[in-house]
Amino acid sequence: MLHRSGAMRIAIIDESTARASIIREGLASLPDCEIFVVSERRALVARIEEIAPEVVLMDLGNPSRDVLEEYFAVSRALDRPIAMFVDESDDEAIAASIDAGVSAYVVDGLSAQRIRPLVDVAVRRFNAFSRLQSDLAEARGRLADRDAVDKAKRILMNSRGIPEPEAYAEIRKTAMNQGRKIAEIADAIVTAHKLMGGK
Amino acid sequence: MAEILTIGFLPLVDACLPILAHEHGFAEDEGLSLRLVRDVSWATVLDRLLYGHSDAAHLVAPLAIATTLGRGRPAQPLSVPFVLGLNGNAITLSSDLARQVGAGDKLGDPATVGAALKAVALARANAGQRLRFGVVHRYSSHNYMLRYWLASCGIRPDHDVEISTVPPPFCADALEAGEVDGICVGEPWNSVAVERGAGQIVLATAQIWRRGVEKVLALREPVLADKRDAIERLIRALCRAAKHFVDPENWEVNAAILARAEYLDGDAVLIRRAISDRLLLRRSEEIVAFPDFMFQYREAANFPWVSQAAWLYTQMVRWEGLRFDAEEAVKAARVFRPDVYRSALVGTGEPLPGASSKVEGSLLQRTLVGTQQGSMILESNRFFDGRVFDPSDLAGYLADLP
Repeated sequence: MLHRSGAMRIAIIDESTARASIIREGLASLPDCEIFVVSERRALVARIEEIAPEVVLMDLGNPSRDVLEEYFAVSRALDRPIAMFVDESDDEAIAASIDAGVSAYVVDGLSAQRIRPLVDVAVRRFNAFSRLQSDLAEARGRLADRDAVDKAKRILMNSRGIPEPEAYAEIRKTAMNQGRKIAEIADAIVTAHKLMGGK
Repeated sequence: MAEILTIGFLPLVDACLPILAHEHGFAEDEGLSLRLVRDVSWATVLDRLLYGHSDAAHLVAPLAIATTLGRGRPAQPLSVPFVLGLNGNAITLSSDLARQVGAGDKLGDPATVGAALKAVALARANAGQRLRFGVVHRYSSHNYMLRYWLASCGIRPDHDVEISTVPPPFCADALEAGEVDGICVGEPWNSVAVERGAGQIVLATAQIWRRGVEKVLALREPVLADKRDAIERLIRALCRAAKHFVDPENWEVNAAILARAEYLDGDAVLIRRAISDRLLLRRSEEIVAFPDFMFQYREAANFPWVSQAAWLYTQMVRWEGLRFDAEEAVKAARVFRPDVYRSALVGTGEPLPGASSKVEGSLLQRTLVGTQQGSMILESNRFFDGRVFDPSDLAGYLADLP
């Protein structure tokens, strides 16, 4: 198949469109790459056939990896077999990509110098994405905690007629006495209040 | 301090033994601490195994052989010292196709269902609309069992019907959307498809080969050598888990454990059905019992019979259209390690078969066979078409297959 001369055709298969665009953006900085993102799992093989990529990047958490590998194994459409990862001997790069959670399939015969930077970028972008996600999860957790503490304070203020600083001090003291987190105590108060018929 | 072993698995009911060995403290009793790593494709389970993220993996048996022989990726020798179970898969057809092959409210006879399917399959092929089947992996027992059944019924896989890979969690979707007309998959995925009204279970793979090898515990050969002692302790823990798993007393609690978010993240009711050998074939009907649907313990089910590895190799050759290679056959057979199994379980009271290989499909009724301690009873292990597999003549067996 003939394509724009010299440009490497890269398919990113990722059901997470957010991650796919982060990777795409990273790869866009590399010279001579044409990037295709596939986020739909239906008709995956037909889409790949159409794109005819030289490199396929796919996250390890995608159930369709087995589908893709089967396609590579049986496909008569591809004249060159697709090899796993960068270079069979390049264990370090493979280990790094597995750690990051990305798999790369590369048409045999592409030189390592061309592929390595691309896989490096993908690995970095995958790592950056998971950091982003854990930051986000943490931030969400903090928000949820604050919400619970606010609710617990209001419950104490209403039921015992005490002002806010005192309500907070109560929760804090209980947490210290029991060796638990403030958010845990707050959660317990909210749950107990719900069980007692409160809103 | 307990030695840590990391084990990869796919969320399927037959990942039960490592999970239960961990949850019930059997691994701990052996001085092991298991870390279980869940993935959603066999490719990833295998990658983690090959690149050292895991020490051992729950794996479809043919994939262990394919990896050793370098199919699809550079060869890396794997070893299988323990079989995690026999059978436990089923063939589910779309409701339309099930009706056309006359599937009733019981599991049908494989030859009868196959004959009816043949008529439909050939008509569809003639109309240029071949029937499509989904299997969970190219190198899976599902693929080989389905193909064995079809071929014996006069339906040529890849000619009369198409067979391609559909990941287990997408099976019900694919049936529902008409992307495939039938699936061969493990539990709970057949039951999920049935519950959704996407199809009907027409056969259990145990009807195709009464004692067919299914998932195995696979390790890299060098890891087995390095951690031999820990692996033998793991085998003992898995064996206790197997005994626990098949005891009806424990079905409820084990189903609840397997259903948990970190394991199968599934419906405990469906899981309990599978582990108690019961199936709902069609939505809103009676549940039917099918003894030995899953087979995790009795008759030394976990013993890695070399003849079973050899049978898998014959099917690989058969469906890849490659020539039989005696050297490859030896490599394939060596993947299964009955010697490790015996050395792990000697003195535990578990029956240790005296032979490492047996003629598969030859037992038509209960038969007494020798073990190192005396004897045990094996029940029928027949193939539905009555064919017998003699591991001493692989080429002859292959030549004789349809």
